[in-house]
Amino acid sequence: MSRTDRHKKVTIKAFRFNTQTDYLPYYKSYEMEVGQDDLILDLLNKIKWEHDGSFSYRRSCRHGICGACGIKVNGKPVLACKENAMDLLELFNDELVFEPQSKKRAVKDMIIDKKDFWDKHEEVKPFVEAEVPTHPEHESTMSIAQTGAFLDADYCIQCGNCHYACPALEVNEDFLGPAALTAAFRFTIDPRDEAGKERLELTAEANKGVWDCVKCMECAEACPKDINPIEKITKLHNMQFEQKVARSNIATRHAEGFVRSIKKHGYLDEADIVVYSEGYLGMYKHIGTAIKMLKAGKIHFSDPIPFIDNVPKSKNLSEIQKLIEISQTNKL
Amino acid sequence: MSQLHYALFTGCTAKQSTPELLSSTLAVADKLGIKITILEEASCCGASHLQDFDEFLAHVLNARNICYAEKLGLTMITICNTCQLNSAMTKHALDTNPELKARVNEKLAEVGLEYKGTSKIKHFLYSLIDEYGLDNIKDKVTVPLSNFNIAPFYGCHNIRPSELHNQDNPYNPTSLDELIDALEGHPVDYSSKNKCCGFHVELQANHTSEVLAGNALVDAIDNNADMMVTPCPLCHLKMDTYQDSIAKVMGRDIELPVLHMPQMVALALGCTQKEIGLNFHVTTTKIIEA
Repeated sequence: MSRTDRHKKVTIKAFRFNTQTDYLPYYKSYEMEVGQDDLILDLLNKIKWEHDGSFSYRRSCRHGICGACGIKVNGKPVLACKENAMDLLELFNDELVFEPQSKKRAVKDMIIDKKDFWDKHEEVKPFVEAEVPTHPEHESTMSIAQTGAFLDADYCIQCGNCHYACPALEVNEDFLGPAALTAAFRFTIDPRDEAGKERLELTAEANKGVWDCVKCMECAEACPKDINPIEKITKLHNMQFEQKVARSNIATRHAEGFVRSIKKHGYLDEADIVVYSEGYLGMYKHIGTAIKMLKAGKIHFSDPIPFIDNVPKSKNLSEIQKLIEISQTNKL
Repeated sequence: MSQLHYALFTGCTAKQSTPELLSSTLAVADKLGIKITILEEASCCGASHLQDFDEFLAHVLNARNICYAEKLGLTMITICNTCQLNSAMTKHALDTNPELKARVNEKLAEVGLEYKGTSKIKHFLYSLIDEYGLDNIKDKVTVPLSNFNIAPFYGCHNIRPSELHNQDNPYNPTSLDELIDALEGHPVDYSSKNKCCGFHVELQANHTSEVLAGNALVDAIDNNADMMVTPCPLCHLKMDTYQDSIAKVMGRDIELPVLHMPQMVALALGCTQKEIGLNFHVTTTKIIEA
């Protein structure tokens, strides 16, 4: 079959929930014909126009720029107007389930309450803060290198796909999340902005900022604009050290402690990184685990004793030490 | 099939707290006739934390590791998802950004090395599946795992971001399921298989870490898993070592043996107890030993 006559009869399952009338959400199936150029948005339209007029979802531009139609298909965050339906049918063996970005925030079917998303956004001041004279005499210009440093962070359309894919946010609702942190990066790196330091300090806060990112890469996978939010989170981590915003705490010592270990051994000293990050006083939390690990032979009594070194060493360690010496750019 | 030969980047964990990962990997390679050269020169990959402190330095050190595989003219294989991702991220960054590659090579030249980009980087799971082949593994099974429901836990850094891996669909990965099938075990279908274990925030955001690991363990147990298997030693450390404290956070009993991917293969290939190294586990593995 040539690509031009690809079409299929399929059954689509959709999450249904009306907070005003339903006690619990439920799933309903809809049969439909899917053509090769149909987008997920066309399938949502088919449910509404051909099956049930009460089916609700957000849509507007149909050009992948307004960010309204973010939903999850089989758990995969998509912009409905950007995703080809045939491609997804292929990816998921012809069984598609449409769900809102966050089931617990569902208001009606695919429509969710995005208040938490906008609150987080507002918190990072997603705008250039600057004193501008009432009658400026010239434009504020930027070099190509300066705008290049934004990377692609200003392509964000606030669809919320990364935000509602983030498992850290699911557990810790104080965490700013990948979208707000990407915005924080975008404006902190802007040379016209004067709130950079204040914003960067917010991103360094425990429980809220970048140190609560779990490194799952869900945001990188979820972004329909290929922005890679975690890349910006890593930049913020680095900027905290570059701009001396980072304070010595368990998270920053954990990051810096890697250099300390690698310099000595090439490998990470697993016992040292915990002791160094926590401090000797913080070690009480780990006693239970340490005893279990000792019993299993995973760690040894001598591991935390500074003058007994049984960490394996990389061959040609001096090369590694030399490279650290000439390449290290940040300090804690 | 000509003999497969790989450069093994062991990572730090396999040399310290999970020695069973290294011994079972080498045992599996031996049984399957895969030749392994350990990259003894390699350093830590930075585990994403060095990257947070000093991204450029992390690229330099990872590029150096890859240089040693390039010198041997071999594919570099990893046995840790995080080593895999960080090495692949450096490779991708250098292969697509000539300016960065030049800056990194300027540093490497000081120690007489040059990153060229000639070696592939592959997790052992995928070299077993793609290059050795599941049918060939099937032929070597002497102790079928047919008594066990095995929950595959994929670990983030082998499946996301998919552009760096190009293998499993991150929303419906199947490689580990297929491997379990080939060893005649029963893969458990559960929705947490592609979720995060929380290892990386174990120290600074302990509650988040415990809940994420707990969700996955509970999901596997509730779907009748007898054990869990993972290709990542960091997932393994989180899931095997912390079950007691996770149980407290989750408010219910949790006891589930967790195997490293090579341990599971080693079991089915009839490797020795010593090679498999279940004694290094914190959570009881009685069900497997019986």
